[in-house]
Amino acid sequence: MITGSIAAVGAGLAAIGAGLGIGRIGGSAMDGIARQPEAAAKIQTAMLIAAAFVEAVALFAVVVALV
Amino acid sequence: MDCSHVFEFKFRRLIVVFTLFSAFLLVSLGVKAQEDATQKVEEAHVETTEKKKFEIGKFALHHIADSHSWHVIGETYIGLPIILFNDGKLITFNDSDFHHDDDAKVVVEKGGQRFVKMHEKIYLASPTANEHGQYVTLNEKLHAENKRPLDISLTKNTCTLLISIVLLLVVFISVANSYKKRKGMSPKGLQSWLEPIILFVRDDIAKPNLGHKHERFMPYLLTVFFFIWFNNMLGLVPFLPGGANLTGNIAVTMVLAIMTFGMTIFNGNKHYWKHIFWMPGVPVPMKIFLMPLELIGIFTKPIALMIRLFANITAGHILVLALISLIFVFNSYWVTAASIPFAMFIGAIELMVAFIQAFIFTILSALFIGMAVEEHH
Repeated sequence: MITGSIAAVGAGLAAIGAGLGIGRIGGSAMDGIARQPEAAAKIQTAMLIAAAFVEAVALFAVVVALV
Repeated sequence: MDCSHVFEFKFRRLIVVFTLFSAFLLVSLGVKAQEDATQKVEEAHVETTEKKKFEIGKFALHHIADSHSWHVIGETYIGLPIILFNDGKLITFNDSDFHHDDDAKVVVEKGGQRFVKMHEKIYLASPTANEHGQYVTLNEKLHAENKRPLDISLTKNTCTLLISIVLLLVVFISVANSYKKRKGMSPKGLQSWLEPIILFVRDDIAKPNLGHKHERFMPYLLTVFFFIWFNNMLGLVPFLPGGANLTGNIAVTMVLAIMTFGMTIFNGNKHYWKHIFWMPGVPVPMKIFLMPLELIGIFTKPIALMIRLFANITAGHILVLALISLIFVFNSYWVTAASIPFAMFIGAIELMVAFIQAFIFTILSALFIGMAVEEHH
């Protein structure tokens, strides 16, 4: 018998989604930097902003799961 | 970042390998010992463990919440002033009058009114105690139903806010003075620590998003950046000057987001408003359809800013607390070997997150303001 809150499942699903999203962003940024190392600073900034958007969605889910 | 020089010397490599090995050994030993221990505990008292179960969620939420007293060490607390406003009267006393009671069992009588504290909230006390000795009436969810006075106390978060204001003023006034004194010379001391960061905010945050108008918004962006960054770092200090979770408090992040919101709507030019209410270049039915969407968009941006900062900092604090409370969940010293290094690792990541979140908040503020002040092209 499994006990516990269904919210934990939701938080886990959100973590999977955010993991996929941030993984893709990070991977693509690495590709970009490898192709054009001189643009690394710009790519990093753009990557962080995109990652923040993805992360925000996951954190919304965590907040909802907590409440 | 290039870290390869760390492994340049054979001696250092040996140390690294040895450290990793011993850490692994400690962790695996710890896990094994803890497994043994829990097995024994389970065999010994199957019934009692159920009652004494340590609740991570409650513990973590209690620690990140605001409080009327400031924990120093062990059983030592600093009581903070409590300021209440009720029935047209201003009532002040110190939190130590409650004698660390947080269960509505100690009544403080001031100015003809009686108060109790329950779960860090002040209530007007009931005339008589209930069956548990609490001077409140509880509903079926065990929440107090008593009336609450208007609480404008100097809580832990408020005190940290004041401390961080003093810290920011001391740092920046001294830096501004040294800029005046050393005009045309190379920076020195605190100045040389802050100058690259200020330049980073100007060149990487303000200029790309705001263009030639960036100078008007630099004071706001720098204030927001350093306020969030300093407070994130103060929140990571576990003892006295820090310890409060200021940027992980939704009210604080809400005020910051409202300021960005205000900057956006008060600086918005006519192109910005036209794009919201009457999108150019699309057919009329589409214009009508887009108007409410764009109108909602104005509000969701600051709300996302608010939730992002709040949730990031809160999640970090909960993570560290949860890792540390694993020791008490498994009830074994051996877990320490795993959970403390993990907590330290998360702490190091949090140091980075403290900076990244300040950066993200500032760059998104600059982006939103930039959208509002953009010239027609």
